[in-house]
Amino acid sequence: MTTATPSAAPPLRRRRSARRAGYWMYLLPMIIGTAVIVLLPFAVNVFISLFRWKGGIAPMRWNGLQNYVDLLHDSQFWLAFTNTIFMIVGIVIVPTLLGLLLAAMLFDYIGREFGGRTAAFLRATYYLPQILPIAVAGFIWSWVLATQNGLLNSVIEALGVKSPPDWLGDPNIAIYAVMLMLIWLQLGYPVVIFMAALQRVDPELYEAASLDGAGWWRRFRAITVPQIRPEVFVVVITATVGALKVFAPILILTGGGPEGSTVVPSYYSYRNFFELSKVGYGSAIATAMSIVIFLVAGVMLWLQRRGAREEAAG
Amino acid sequence: MTTTTAPTDSRPRRADAPQRTVHAGTRRRRPRRPLRWLILAAAVLIALVMLAPLVLLVLNAFKTGTDYSAHGPLALPTSWSLQSFQDYLDRVDFLRALWNSVVISTLVALLGTLVSLLSAYAIGVGRVRGSTALLAVFLLATMLPQEALIYPLFYGAQATGTFNTVWSVIIVFTVLQAAFGTYLLSSVMSTLPPSLLEAAALDGAGRWRILWSVVYPVMRPTLSVLMVFFFVWTWNEFYIPLILLSDQSVQTVPIALATLQGQNSIDITSLNAGSLLSLLPTLVFFIIFQRTLSRGVTVGSVK
Repeated sequence: MTTATPSAAPPLRRRRSARRAGYWMYLLPMIIGTAVIVLLPFAVNVFISLFRWKGGIAPMRWNGLQNYVDLLHDSQFWLAFTNTIFMIVGIVIVPTLLGLLLAAMLFDYIGREFGGRTAAFLRATYYLPQILPIAVAGFIWSWVLATQNGLLNSVIEALGVKSPPDWLGDPNIAIYAVMLMLIWLQLGYPVVIFMAALQRVDPELYEAASLDGAGWWRRFRAITVPQIRPEVFVVVITATVGALKVFAPILILTGGGPEGSTVVPSYYSYRNFFELSKVGYGSAIATAMSIVIFLVAGVMLWLQRRGAREEAAG
Repeated sequence: MTTTTAPTDSRPRRADAPQRTVHAGTRRRRPRRPLRWLILAAAVLIALVMLAPLVLLVLNAFKTGTDYSAHGPLALPTSWSLQSFQDYLDRVDFLRALWNSVVISTLVALLGTLVSLLSAYAIGVGRVRGSTALLAVFLLATMLPQEALIYPLFYGAQATGTFNTVWSVIIVFTVLQAAFGTYLLSSVMSTLPPSLLEAAALDGAGRWRILWSVVYPVMRPTLSVLMVFFFVWTWNEFYIPLILLSDQSVQTVPIALATLQGQNSIDITSLNAGSLLSLLPTLVFFIIFQRTLSRGVTVGSVK
């Protein structure tokens, strides 16, 4: 190494600038793909949102920003965004916290005490709902939550309760019923990502800590969580975005009902596109949704960068 | 790896146990034995809750419609019957849908992972100029609601002649999945120790060789997780395939199920059977993957 450095100094500089340029070749497929599949269609969508349009060959009438002004005065639209908070609890908060605990428990405790096979098996069962097509999961949960002959109510009745709740028919509880499904669906994602992340962590850290007498909870807080922070951030960001976009569970379980109590933004735009034939208005909803998502994610991304910088500095 | 750490770890604990009986008052450690089983019980209980709906799905798929309406969803089938499967297959060209789904998901998983690896290499290791901005754009691509793309994509697919072919969906999801993959991989790749790459560069290895002989082996566990996600996510996609693949001959498995679900004439047991058939392929893939994953992880950790 030391002998090579002096003679290699001039070509190394040349090589470095050539290398910087050469890396762009690796990005080419992704850049072209993103331009054609994402950026261009999105620009067209924003363009459509400035028109009144019934879709297809119907005439497009210039509408300026009126669609957006209408949105601000649309109570359904605001309700849809309020409901997003429930989606965030069901998709981000509960599964991430539970997922952290479960991943650490499986990796650091059950994996050691009962063997890796037990841990892997449990992980697989938590992950199982994630592999279901949403069409299947939607069918299953509409069956679980059904009032008559529903799985949940059959169990509740078997326990002796006379009049079990009408999970999807009662506007006061329908959104919570949807959240049950979302937690069930989502939990495996953080568990698997976090467990894969824990493989990177040096086992000696844990051994040193337990030899020092650190209990499970202290190891969890001092080693597990800080070590897998990049993955925690990725999970939180992607899950939050997923929560802001939830569509199929609402479409399949409730159709936005009862009494519009479970409407979410994506479903509302879908309704405008395909049921009300208000394509311009639907595009405006989709655009507004995108802006909200960008803002929320932008803040999170910024926090992530800052966290990474602090870690590098500290 | 894990099996070698287990015994060394449990030994000090067991040596500790008699000590605790000596200093009975100090309570340096929580009682290990009951806690141990309590934690396992909690983990198993969560597993049972997760599995219960699926177990019942399987049970009811083997009932006849009359058996179901007579005894409800919790009872065992009075006789195990394949009638519901027959009913479902009579209504849906399942093999066709299966083939479409397999082609789409496999190609997207492979292409998406490859594209992710290449772009993440340029960003996480190459640190090309503007990589933060690029990552922001890719992340933006994963964040966009599909509603904000679907109308233009629909017209674009028609204009390019890919409408009602698997290719439109393959291209769209390769890009969308790779956008996420690039984001995930480059954040992991940027944590690679620079000494590892510098050593290879000083040995005279070019970019391409460093990628495949240094970066790829280290990234393999993450790549295999990513590939499984891509496969399963693409398999399960609903909205875009529904719009771009309107013809029955190119429909995917979930969409074939969903179109049937809207019809009132069908028995719930037939839908159970159809659901079971629709999730079986990903389940098989998932079980196979479980093995590859653990193997990949072992190889990666040995270095």
